[in-house]
Amino acid sequence: MSRLQVAIVDYGMGNLRSVANAFKAVAPSISVAVTSDPEQIAQAERVVFPGQGAMPDCIRELDARDLRQAVIMATKQKPFLGICIGLQMLFEHSEEGNVPGLGVYPGQVKRFPSECMIDVNGAKLKVPHMGWSQVHQTQTHALWADIPDQARFYYVHSYYVAPDEVGLTAATTAYPFDFTGAIARDNVFAVQFHPEKSAAAGLQLLDNFVNWKP
Amino acid sequence: MGCAKRIIPCLDVTDGRVVKGVNFLELRDAGDPVEIAQRYNDQGADELTFLDITASSDNRDLILHIIERVAEQIFIPLTVGGGVRKVEDVRRLLNAGADKVSINTTAVLNPQVVEDAASRFGSQCIVVAIDAKKVDNQPFEWEVFTHGGRQSTGLDAVKWAQKMVSLGAGELLVTSMDRDGTKIGFNNPLNKAISDAVDVPLIASGGVGNLQHLVDGVTLGGADAVLAASIFHYGEFTVKQAKEYMREHGLEVR
Repeated sequence: MSRLQVAIVDYGMGNLRSVANAFKAVAPSISVAVTSDPEQIAQAERVVFPGQGAMPDCIRELDARDLRQAVIMATKQKPFLGICIGLQMLFEHSEEGNVPGLGVYPGQVKRFPSECMIDVNGAKLKVPHMGWSQVHQTQTHALWADIPDQARFYYVHSYYVAPDEVGLTAATTAYPFDFTGAIARDNVFAVQFHPEKSAAAGLQLLDNFVNWKP
Repeated sequence: MGCAKRIIPCLDVTDGRVVKGVNFLELRDAGDPVEIAQRYNDQGADELTFLDITASSDNRDLILHIIERVAEQIFIPLTVGGGVRKVEDVRRLLNAGADKVSINTTAVLNPQVVEDAASRFGSQCIVVAIDAKKVDNQPFEWEVFTHGGRQSTGLDAVKWAQKMVSLGAGELLVTSMDRDGTKIGFNNPLNKAISDAVDVPLIASGGVGNLQHLVDGVTLGGADAVLAASIFHYGEFTVKQAKEYMREHGLEVR
């Protein structure tokens, strides 16, 4: 088995083909695979931890495939990109199903509070937060290269991460309050939005990840 | 703040081709789905919706191949609907590259499919499509129809929308059958009544004839996204022009 350049962690939740397709589009010459083999993930140069669905199911399926340790190890060792639930699972605890996460970072995953979901004009904001919102970069980072500040990315989620440590946040989005749209620490970058569905800006971020040398 | 209002070109697909009807009938050919999808993507479409309107189930798998081909080339959200009967159908469409699956007739015949699909794949990928028509023989204003608009259900569209959200629908695609293909504008009172009654996003559909209709769909109808087919298919307007118009009229667009 040759060493993968990008391993996309498959724990049986949702469609990961989009993520793989997007990497193939930006970097046709590199080896990319969707895998649930812990050994292949341990050997890969870079790891992508995507996800959609409900967090309790995601954690359960991750454990059913014995992938927890491989993911946690990857966050300590190599370029790591979390997407959506793949960001949320890095934290200690989620309000969704009241379950513990992987606990890589201190903080909580919270639901958008219905009483706050009103914009400046008094209009109701919908949950899930679904659509293209501006992403304000709060740190300079290699993964933001060639992406303008306030570029729009595609979001679809009802929960958001609230890190204990403010310095972890790499971007915020207002809906209607500023929530964490991305985090960055050492070799880890993780986003709440979906770069694989965010047209040119999203593909640029994936291209930046492939070339990232943390 | 908030989300940009989405513009969603809709591609009705049958026998591997994009077609467009008037009041759900009189289909005419509009071209190759992958080419059309690429064109809308290049124009800045925020999302694409494919509706499989194939009458015979023999050709049903064609849509899977089309979605696979589109998903390899186009990196914006894709919604696919038409003929979804079982949770297994949802899984197949998601695996082919759909980001969301739209459920219409089956939601009425077997609401459990909506609940099961939402709990298995997440509400974010379950769209319930509601075809509604104004009626005067019921204690409510708009009735839900199924089977491509041929079958009445006796259901109040607003209450039905609330029920679908309670079962896990993450978004609603509301089509006014009275307006579909007529080019006289969305049914904004219908959309507003539903949008106000639920927390999830609403996509307005049916009746767009000009760019002001798109603006009205948001400002009068409370839509989070506007869907249109014929104004884009036949080159009357580009998605880019639609966005410029919406921006000039004070709406947030991408």
